[in-house]
Amino acid sequence: MSAPSAAQPAASGRRLRRSSGDPLERLVSGTGAMALAEIRKLSHDHVDVFTRSIQPLLWLFLFGSAMRHNRSLMVGTTDYRVYLAPGVMAQAAMFIAIFYGLAVIWERDVGQLQRLLATPLPRAAIVLGKAVGACVRAFVQAVLLLAVLAIAGIALRWSVAGVLGALAILMLGTAGFACMSMLLAAVVKDRERFMGIGQLITMPLFFASSALYPLAIMPAWLRTLARVNPLTYEVQGLRQMLSGVGAHGELWLDFVVVAGFSTATLLAATRTYPKAIL
Amino acid sequence: MRSSIGYVPQAISVDGALTARENLDFYASVTGVPRRERRERIEQVIVEMDLAEMLDRLARTFSGGMLRRLEIASALLNRPAVPFLDEPTVGLDPTARHVVWERLTALRDEAGTTIVFTTHVMEEVERYAERLVIMDEGHVVEQGEPAEVCARHGMEDLEEVFTAVTGHGIYEQRKGRLRDVRAQRRTARRLG
Repeated sequence: MSAPSAAQPAASGRRLRRSSGDPLERLVSGTGAMALAEIRKLSHDHVDVFTRSIQPLLWLFLFGSAMRHNRSLMVGTTDYRVYLAPGVMAQAAMFIAIFYGLAVIWERDVGQLQRLLATPLPRAAIVLGKAVGACVRAFVQAVLLLAVLAIAGIALRWSVAGVLGALAILMLGTAGFACMSMLLAAVVKDRERFMGIGQLITMPLFFASSALYPLAIMPAWLRTLARVNPLTYEVQGLRQMLSGVGAHGELWLDFVVVAGFSTATLLAATRTYPKAIL
Repeated sequence: MRSSIGYVPQAISVDGALTARENLDFYASVTGVPRRERRERIEQVIVEMDLAEMLDRLARTFSGGMLRRLEIASALLNRPAVPFLDEPTVGLDPTARHVVWERLTALRDEAGTTIVFTTHVMEEVERYAERLVIMDEGHVVEQGEPAEVCARHGMEDLEEVFTAVTGHGIYEQRKGRLRDVRAQRRTARRLG
């Protein structure tokens, strides 16, 4: 279908100033647009936020209450739930991030990804935008969880700096796991297969970390695994900032490891995703 | 290059969890429409694709024809030199198909926009295309104006021409993975 030639001047007049900005501006604007879309989706679906918040609450109030007085599981506190809360917060955020890979495979299947690839959006913005989208969901969930902890009277060490710092390390970790999930999606390419591999990755990451119990009670081989697991450092950072419970590492080290992990997965995902998934 | 085209894939590419206005706002951002011009351009495509009454509804509640109009609208926001539409009417009922072509024809006539579309429906080519290219397994096997192509082969319609130049029927896909077929059927089911 082509236009009559008489109409061409009008067309060319219409096509002036098609797009705006340099690559950096497009990166920021595109990432912002994807984050805003995620916030809007959440605003249309309140039920999703609440249903996702149930699992960490079950861990905290069922598992946490059952183990409440088990002294070997806690370090620096008399209530296991204080020890456990940062762990389940990190776990819940990681689950959101890891299963984001399913969403990106779905977007490939329905055509949204192909559409995004045909826009001038930089590839890094697609990856970063998805990661920020996961962070938005994890942030809302974390705020809800903190509110429940406050209402339930679980004795965290509440401070503005502590909560902001905790949210910061949680967002860094979530972005890292979301990028890891995009890498995984680019490799497996198939929803059913991703479900299986996703489970295979999330559970070892969760159990081979300090989310549920201290590194000190682990056998040596598991402790070694936990020490190379970025979730361990994320949980240690959260625990130090939210409950003041001393961890093995320094707080700066937790931030450095989690930031390093996120940067590495972001760069790797930008190289492979989204082209590899098509 | 990518900032000068608009692309509507065969599968549903708008986000069903967002309203029509939010989808348009999203695509205006990611296609690089300058911030100060976004409102004006969104208003313009709303008029062009007749979307005013459905702006604040979630896209997942739309009928097939509405979805296609929203998708085409979102592909026009960056005022592309050439919009590419991959089977824009696949899965639509005749009424919705008519509305989509009515809006596309108006866009061509009023704004002078060249539109490239793919289709397996030769009747659409005869009715709406000024030039056509028949491809078979990645190779161009025929091209020209519809009437000229039919005359060249001494045939009455393009469906016969298609079978003659490719050596097989339109719907006999010799290649194509299960995923492609599944995606095509899912699109048809969603739109229909």
